Amino acid sequence: MSAQVRIPTPLRRFTGGAEAVSADGATVGALVDSIERNHPGIKERLCDEAGEVRRFVNIFVNGEDIRFINNLDTPVHEGDEVSIVPAIAGGSFCPGLATLDAP
Amino acid sequence: MSRLPKRGNASSQDREGTLDTFPLFPTEGPPPVGPLRVPSVLHLIGNTPLLEITRLSTDIVPGVRVYAKLEGFNPGGSVKDRPALSMLQKGIESGALTPDKIILDSTSGNTGIALAMIGAVLGYPVELCIPANVSMERKKIISAYGAKMIFSSPMDGSDGALDLCRERLQEQPERYFKPDQYFNPHNSLAHYQTTGPELWWQTKEQITHFVAGMGTGGTLMGTGRYLKEKNSAIQIVGVEPDDAFHGLEGLKHMDSSIVPGIYYEEQLDRKISVSTEDAYETVYRLGREEGVLVGQSSGAAMWAALQVAREIDQGIIVTLFPDFGDKYLSTNLWIGWKEYNQRQAQNQAQGAV
Repeated sequence: MSAQVRIPTPLRRFTGGAEAVSADGATVGALVDSIERNHPGIKERLCDEAGEVRRFVNIFVNGEDIRFINNLDTPVHEGDEVSIVPAIAGGSFCPGLATLDAP
Repeated sequence: MSRLPKRGNASSQDREGTLDTFPLFPTEGPPPVGPLRVPSVLHLIGNTPLLEITRLSTDIVPGVRVYAKLEGFNPGGSVKDRPALSMLQKGIESGALTPDKIILDSTSGNTGIALAMIGAVLGYPVELCIPANVSMERKKIISAYGAKMIFSSPMDGSDGALDLCRERLQEQPERYFKPDQYFNPHNSLAHYQTTGPELWWQTKEQITHFVAGMGTGGTLMGTGRYLKEKNSAIQIVGVEPDDAFHGLEGLKHMDSSIVPGIYYEEQLDRKISVSTEDAYETVYRLGREEGVLVGQSSGAAMWAALQVAREIDQGIIVTLFPDFGDKYLSTNLWIGWKEYNQRQAQNQAQGAV
């Protein structure tokens, strides 16, 4: 399974400046491991010592927050779009709130 | 007399300023001094209180006192009321901000709220470039003041909002007034003129350390400059996230960011890096132990101030809490709360055995 993963600005130093990378895996966790193989150092920014996604990191699969699906075990299908978004700028973790519409 | 039972906290009992010396509802003596009547909400900006931190600092020697300036008491709810007012006032004075212009800036939150509030009072339209993932509370607060928002990609953080704002300004420069908090010297000047003197007075000229977070650098530069002029031995300590990738809204990791034009690193005596997790847990502790609910940047500032406090034998350390926590209730800040509480309960149970 291959998916495009969008990388936020502060992590692009690991991807040689690339805004998105392709990664392989059937779950988000596997995708993260796949990115780590190609871009060492990135996983430790995304996950804590226990291997869980760090509190301020949001990962979306097709716009859905994985915290509301199955965390790192959230399944990924061919062609899914995965985004890593830091909670900086008051980032909300509720799905659907990161819209471009006024309230 | 104290109306509340005292907690069994040895070091706080030793200190002045406990409930006995300052009764909660005084019935004798003159009425409290304060701005009882004001002609506009802008007159309520500044003169925020200084809170002594007594419960988080129980492991600190008695010669060291730690205080936090509660900037959430500003009418717009944050420290940003000070620079926003100062930059707009200067704009009007200099003729750069005329009644036909729109106030435009990029902001991830508190400055936007301050500009929106002050714009409403002074009668200027306000437009703000904001990353689309700012919390719903913020969007609603800004809307409530009648300001307009233009959203940038959540992927690009506050730098994305900065770029969007620049583009807009380039298209129609004559239409807008941009306070430009990252480059406007009246940002730090506001702190030189208000925050600095307030702290000097509030600590009876005894302050030895000023510890504050760095976003634009305005608070630290302006307050620091004033305090150094009064006493060059006062240590100015900057607080920043430990990595470019962090969750400390309002703070900048300077080495990896567009460095603000008003920021001069050589004016700092020291920088302390704080991890997002440590800052969040300090927010939880401030709520549970001191009864102060603040945002993540306050947690970071508190954590760093406590670091400094553990290193010295004598001194008055002042940190600054940029805002209260109500704007962050729907953010990632609270993701670890349940786990933190469980851990506390476990520790307590073990301690009881």
